[in-house]
Amino acid sequence: MTQWQTTIRGSDAICWGSFVTPTYELASWGSEKIVLAENRIPSYANSMLKKVSTRTPKAPPRLNLPSGRGLAMAGWGLAIFIGIWSGLYTVPSDSVAVVQRFGAFLKEVPPGLHLKIPFGVDDATIVPVKRQLKQEFGFATPGATNPYQYTQDPKRETQMVTGDLNSALVEWVVQYRIAEPEKFLFDVREPEGTLRDVSESVMREVVGDRTVDEVITIGRQEIESEAQQRMQALAAKYQLGVSIDQVQLKNVNPPGPVQASFNEVNQAQQEKEKLINEARQAYNKVIPLAEGEKDQRIREAEGYRVKRINEAEGDVARFSAVLAQYLKAPEVTRRRIYLETLQEVLPRLRSKYIVDEQGSHILPLLHLDPNMAQPQGNTP
Amino acid sequence: MNPAKPIAGVIAVLLLLVVLSSATYTVNEVEQVIITQFGRPVGEPVTTAGLRLRLPLVQEVNRIEKRILEWDGNPSDMPTKDKLYISVDLFARWRITDPLQYFLRLRDERSAQSRLDDILGSETRNAVAKHELIEIIRTTKDRVPMRDPSLTEGELQVGALVPIHKGRQMVEKEIFAAAAPKVQVFGIELLDIRFKRINYNESVQPKIYDRMISERRQIAERYRSEGNGEAARIQGNREGELNRIQSEAYRRVEEIRGEADAKATEIYAAAYNQSPEAAAFYEFLRSMETYKSALADNTSLILSTDSDLFKFLKGLEAPRR
Repeated sequence: MTQWQTTIRGSDAICWGSFVTPTYELASWGSEKIVLAENRIPSYANSMLKKVSTRTPKAPPRLNLPSGRGLAMAGWGLAIFIGIWSGLYTVPSDSVAVVQRFGAFLKEVPPGLHLKIPFGVDDATIVPVKRQLKQEFGFATPGATNPYQYTQDPKRETQMVTGDLNSALVEWVVQYRIAEPEKFLFDVREPEGTLRDVSESVMREVVGDRTVDEVITIGRQEIESEAQQRMQALAAKYQLGVSIDQVQLKNVNPPGPVQASFNEVNQAQQEKEKLINEARQAYNKVIPLAEGEKDQRIREAEGYRVKRINEAEGDVARFSAVLAQYLKAPEVTRRRIYLETLQEVLPRLRSKYIVDEQGSHILPLLHLDPNMAQPQGNTP
Repeated sequence: MNPAKPIAGVIAVLLLLVVLSSATYTVNEVEQVIITQFGRPVGEPVTTAGLRLRLPLVQEVNRIEKRILEWDGNPSDMPTKDKLYISVDLFARWRITDPLQYFLRLRDERSAQSRLDDILGSETRNAVAKHELIEIIRTTKDRVPMRDPSLTEGELQVGALVPIHKGRQMVEKEIFAAAAPKVQVFGIELLDIRFKRINYNESVQPKIYDRMISERRQIAERYRSEGNGEAARIQGNREGELNRIQSEAYRRVEEIRGEADAKATEIYAAAYNQSPEAAAFYEFLRSMETYKSALADNTSLILSTDSDLFKFLKGLEAPRR
């Protein structure tokens, strides 16, 4: 049975590829799709021929056992069984099937188990409409099953010229879904290849309208949304039958030889911050201290004021007290104070000369200031 | 033979199928068909999908694409009006609108693609040579670019877009308008052309990179000088603040001290000036105190016997002055 099926599938693929191209493309999408194709029951006119031809070698050993009539019945039975069996097909839950009768579009079929007219009359193509598909530009995630998800030479896709005539390397991802299976299958050959072209063209158009700074740093979100809108508009114009859900920018870099100078700008930016911070640091180190010192000096001055006034008041109080007593006996008190003062002062003095008021000639004889005379060597 | 009968039945069915399959053909949604009889087209092209009849063995089915087809040009180097060598990669959408014409003039798609190569290639060269590079790069005429907010001051040349007159889409339209009529004779309708990739030629790239590097250096310098400038400003602020604070402190201190001295003076004056006796007594007291502090150890003092203290040295009854 297994061997029989593979033979049919071989012939099936050949006759199929010649006129039902889109289904064939879908089947070759990736491992998952291939499983889908294997699950599908072969169903074409040519398979009948093949089936009969593979059955005939089996017939001779059975020829003598049952009657010819029984054999014929068994043959017809088998044919009907195969007919029904090959008319059954399953549509997975993330897909719809597009059914064509004699090549003409018939209907769209929701997920589930369905029956079609076999032997090449009806043809069902399964289109995964709910699955989120993506295309990568400028890089390739390994293990992708969709051949349109990446290209062999991603580096060529990244190079772009910006609106200020600089160069930039842009990597991005387009997320899309097949929104209209009929258009997707019948209106455009290679809709996904076309989507790649559209995506590259649009991204360059959007980047071409922007400066290198916008592309690399500040304008990323704007680029994403504008590219998404333009791609959607073009996809509609080209009748691709897909809807662009998202455009995401990945790595966006200046070209290799220029990267060092872009880093230099970053460093300079950091340096700027550093210089400013250091200056602020110095400022903060000095100014609050100065404020504190100011307060200190003012408080000290206030202390001085209090002290000065208290002292003045003290002095005055003392004076007033003494004055009150003095006024009682001014002459004696004056004399007493005078003599007391001299008594205190005179003993401390180094030399005292008491001169008669008549004999005033002594003055020139005195060295009034011994320190002045010393340098002349008059006194040791 | 009895067992041969069902086999004959099977063979009959088989024969019928063979005849049927050679007398009918299906037309898919994605194709249109021209029937040829001994190589000569017969009848109108079949453009609607479904099952059709033909004369077996005599008539041949020629299937021609009905879908929109792609044309992806090869990247080719060409100069712009400003003598820059760029590598241009174009793509176009086209479809076969007159299958009979197409069938007669081109036969197959390969020759159609090569015609498109020739026509679009030369029209692209013409259009690119007529425009400066920036016209092909940019699209929107009066777009104002966003700028890094940390680098707004000054009239820095970078971060500005070069002005344009036409823009990319206009150039694309020009190429389209020139090429579309030329492919019509092949039964082909050109739907759209677009630039896919435009890049600097390998030989131009180093110069572009040099310019980018010098531009970046300029920005880096700008940042550094902004940093230094801002730091100097902060330093100036610091000095200014410092002087302000210190001078304010000085002023306040002097004010307070002045106030204090004034108050003290007032207090003293009020006390010492209360009567002539008080003033005289104050003068006397102060003098005495001054003697105490002004006359130091090493002072020599010459006193007259006329003084109040020593007047008695000359005699008890010293004359009164």
